[in-house]
Amino acid sequence: MTKPLRMIAASALALAAGLAPAWAQRSDVTVAMQLEPPHLDPTGGAAGAIDSVLYANVFEGLTRFTESGEVVPALAESWEISEDGLTYTFTLREGVTFHDGTAMTAADVKFSLDRARAEDSTNAQKQLFAAIDTVEAVDPRTVRVTLAQPDGMFLFNMAWGDAVIVAPESIGEIKSRPVGTGPFRFEDWVQGDRVELTRYADYWGEAPALEAATFKFISDPTAAFSAMMAGDIDAFSAFPAPENLPQFEADPRFQVLVGSTEGETILSTNNAQPPLDEPLVRKAIAHAIDRQAVIEGAMFGYGTPIGTHFAPHHPAYVDLTDMSAHDPDLARELLADAGYPDGFTTTLKLPPPSYARRGGEIIAAQLRAVGIETEITNLEWAQWLEEVFTSKNYGLSIVSHTEPMDIGIYARPDYYFQYDNPEFQALMEELNATTDAAARTEMLQDAQRMIAEDYVNGYLFQLAMTTVAKADLRGLWANAPTQAVDLTGVSWAE
Amino acid sequence: MSLAERDRAAAPAASGRRPLPRSLWIGLALSAVFVVAAALSFLWTPYPVDGMNIPARLQPPSWAHPLGTDHFGRDILSMIMVGARTSIAVALLAVGIGMALGVPLGLAAAARRGGLLDEVIMRANDLIFAFPALVIAILITAVFGASAVNAIVAIGIFNIPVFARLTRGAALSLWEREFILAARVAGKSAARISAEHILPNVANLLIVQGTIQFSLGILAEAGLSYVGLGAQPPTPSWGRMLAEAQTMVSLAPHVALIPGLAIVFTVLGLNLMGDGLRDLLDPKVRKART
Amino acid sequence: MLRYTLKRLISLGVSLAVASLVIFLVVEVAPGDPAAFMLGINAEPEAVAALRAELGLDVPKWQRYLDWVGGMATGDFGTSYTYRTTVAEMIAERLQVSLPLALCALALSTALAFPAGIYAAARRGRAGDLAVMGATQLGIAVPNFWFAMMLVLLFSITLGWFGAGGFPGWEAGLWPGLKALTLPAVALALPQAAILARVMRSSLIEIMGEDFMRTARAKGLTRRQALWRHGVRNALIPVLTIIGLQFAFLLAGAIIIEQVFYLPGLGRLIFQSISARDLIVVESVVMLLVFAVIVVNFLVDLAYAAVDPRLRRRT
Repeated sequence: MTKPLRMIAASALALAAGLAPAWAQRSDVTVAMQLEPPHLDPTGGAAGAIDSVLYANVFEGLTRFTESGEVVPALAESWEISEDGLTYTFTLREGVTFHDGTAMTAADVKFSLDRARAEDSTNAQKQLFAAIDTVEAVDPRTVRVTLAQPDGMFLFNMAWGDAVIVAPESIGEIKSRPVGTGPFRFEDWVQGDRVELTRYADYWGEAPALEAATFKFISDPTAAFSAMMAGDIDAFSAFPAPENLPQFEADPRFQVLVGSTEGETILSTNNAQPPLDEPLVRKAIAHAIDRQAVIEGAMFGYGTPIGTHFAPHHPAYVDLTDMSAHDPDLARELLADAGYPDGFTTTLKLPPPSYARRGGEIIAAQLRAVGIETEITNLEWAQWLEEVFTSKNYGLSIVSHTEPMDIGIYARPDYYFQYDNPEFQALMEELNATTDAAARTEMLQDAQRMIAEDYVNGYLFQLAMTTVAKADLRGLWANAPTQAVDLTGVSWAE
Repeated sequence: MSLAERDRAAAPAASGRRPLPRSLWIGLALSAVFVVAAALSFLWTPYPVDGMNIPARLQPPSWAHPLGTDHFGRDILSMIMVGARTSIAVALLAVGIGMALGVPLGLAAAARRGGLLDEVIMRANDLIFAFPALVIAILITAVFGASAVNAIVAIGIFNIPVFARLTRGAALSLWEREFILAARVAGKSAARISAEHILPNVANLLIVQGTIQFSLGILAEAGLSYVGLGAQPPTPSWGRMLAEAQTMVSLAPHVALIPGLAIVFTVLGLNLMGDGLRDLLDPKVRKART
Repeated sequence: MLRYTLKRLISLGVSLAVASLVIFLVVEVAPGDPAAFMLGINAEPEAVAALRAELGLDVPKWQRYLDWVGGMATGDFGTSYTYRTTVAEMIAERLQVSLPLALCALALSTALAFPAGIYAAARRGRAGDLAVMGATQLGIAVPNFWFAMMLVLLFSITLGWFGAGGFPGWEAGLWPGLKALTLPAVALALPQAAILARVMRSSLIEIMGEDFMRTARAKGLTRRQALWRHGVRNALIPVLTIIGLQFAFLLAGAIIIEQVFYLPGLGRLIFQSISARDLIVVESVVMLLVFAVIVVNFLVDLAYAAVDPRLRRRT
């Protein structure tokens, strides 16, 4: 073929392609994430990766979270709450079927809730169901849940991935072949590599734009970078190496979505271990920390400073960062006032994520500057759970608390912070029994102030959600109100 | 790469003839650079080794920072100097463990050659050799926590059979020699003969093998701390510097290049030194030479 | 020979029993509860207890040990705590990566080492020998994981020829699979090749000093002809022994390389299981590796004894 001829042929092809955009329209997507789920039962494990793959895609609950963290109806189309706040009557949607073709009825809801709160339940968030007294299937489309005491969080709790509706027929194989009611059905799981989903034709709601989706698991940050650059994957949810994000931002082939998570990243402090049991000492630590340096150094700038244990994007959030502004001189003074003019030595036990490992080194250097020596120990998650979380054998640690609305953990004196404040516990009890929105907001703000004033922990930053995607992919969640990669609204730009 | 397989392979490696002084001198010079750097780091480093300067991070080598800065803006030259200390200390102590336990075991096995003790010691040696060294080292540090001390123990354990076997092999032939027979006739106990006559005669071999195990220990320490199981921060270690550099490679290649080169040169220096020493000390090679 | 075999067989059994006990003890004293790990920080103690019971972790240790050993004897390696699939299945799946990787690395290192070793031996003491020996010194000194990082920097990040990690699975086709294993195999092979080349060289040099080689030369063969016809073949025995042993170690020894390239192989399985405290997987995989090495050693000993009767009397 001569040169001009070849050019004509090429432009003819281009023209043909231009005339038929539908050809080029992709209807599948490959989304990568760092961790692989150990199994596929969201109601039987804490691993966030389970929810990331399955939440809203394969499984649904009575209610669900939207991208902004709002709770909206899902399998329950509506509900009524009795005057005393004790009885919730849910009306289920019509025509909902599980992926095996069987109908989703009130009996399935009763089964799911009873299973989650049973004596031998292995649900990782069993406290979500603690308030439930009885669950009755009134008729196939009506479920009545009676609470033992009022619970202002009940509808919120039902939106968690741990509260999704499962069927008794398919429960036996749920860990390897999950069957839900969502817009995508589970297709295949190649362990160590990927999970494949396909569109469920009989979905009750609006059909998703995608016909097929693949979740790929790439734990190594370098491999993540190169897979994205090579175009092997279309998106990477929660990209593991923030240092590489500017390169993606500079590249027109990609977009970087920066949102927020529910992860309050804190310098966990053992409030029962001397000298950390001394509020003045904890206050000194708070002033010794330069959060901006931590965010910059550990996260390369991605993250929002926080001054208390609450998500900044939440309407009830109070900005209390000034209470623990970086002031090494004040920190030294406070230490002297507390009786430690020469500082002291404590332990700093760090779990695997890079925010903890890198942040830990930075904080150790900042604490050293005011005279506090830390012995750093890097731990695996299993060891961290045993040593820090269960045995409370630690001085300081760094962890992101990713559960939404989890300020209630400060009311548990046996929680690993070992913070025991009866006033705070009373406030939480009151909060749980309150359903009025304005009153709840006020109480939540009081709670934030109370723990900030007691300097229970060092409050560092809200973990950012950073997703890298091809430039023409639309509809991915930027925020992570819960661990989820909701594909229902995802499509390719035309 | 497992520790044991290198041990096995390293042993016959240098039985050939080569010009003696050159490898010894090059090896000594290379090793000396790092030993001096490590020693100097106790007194002085260009910058404080934990001095963070986040705005100045990932800078390429310059006059101010001859080897550049890392992801926290720390001076890499200072970290390499202190890291040398960590590597050398871990490897040296691991060799120490191997010798302190392996040599007496080897001597005992040779003294009771053919007996039950010999059999038990040699079977136990074979057993340790059969374990995948790195996997066990990872297990040990996972069980007892990651620290330099546990890295030393984990590497040291696999040095024991190396020295036990070497000592036994060399001692066996010595036991047949006349001067040992003379000592036996004189009524000396096996333990005394081992200590007074056998040990001095296997010392040269042990020094040569010790150098080789030392270099293997440096590699093993680097591997362990690369997977996060060696010395803990803020103590710098070359392996951990490499692990932390991994995601920075596309931004600043020097952070991954420099610690790697430090390992290569140290190990190379020690290996050359070991070869040179072998030529110098091993009577078999010496005889072949003359 | 029969007595010798019997003696070695008993010793093999004792070794395996001791090894299994050591592995079990080391793994079981590790702090960390797999059930607590799986349920995370919000789990209630009763849920963890329920899961422990479900996983069979609440029975006494000695009984778990006996169950484990008994199961292995019948080919049942147990069921993984975290993945809830049988350990045998997981090992089989991981071997699909580890086995080809080890084979590729071995083939590559042999292909590099043989010519280099023979060449160096033939030119002993001359410039070519020095060059090869210098290169092997360097090869031994390079940590393979660092070499791997440099390969990634050059071939995946800068040149974009290979992916920086991951494995598409063989069902994606032979070529993509091999492509994913190329850089890891090179990283593994280089230090191996350096070791092997040195062994090949010294083994050849030793053999060239033997009487039959002198006879061959006396028969009129040139140095090179003698080397090829008689030397290489005889030098192969120690080299092959080392290759055999290296292979067993390569299966697990790739653990750090698998980590660098995120390959779902055996080494990585051990690593993952250790961090998740999936004890039974750790125990079974380590036991399998130890078993392989012990059995290979046993067979090598037997083979040598069959060839050389003197060895039957242990010295």
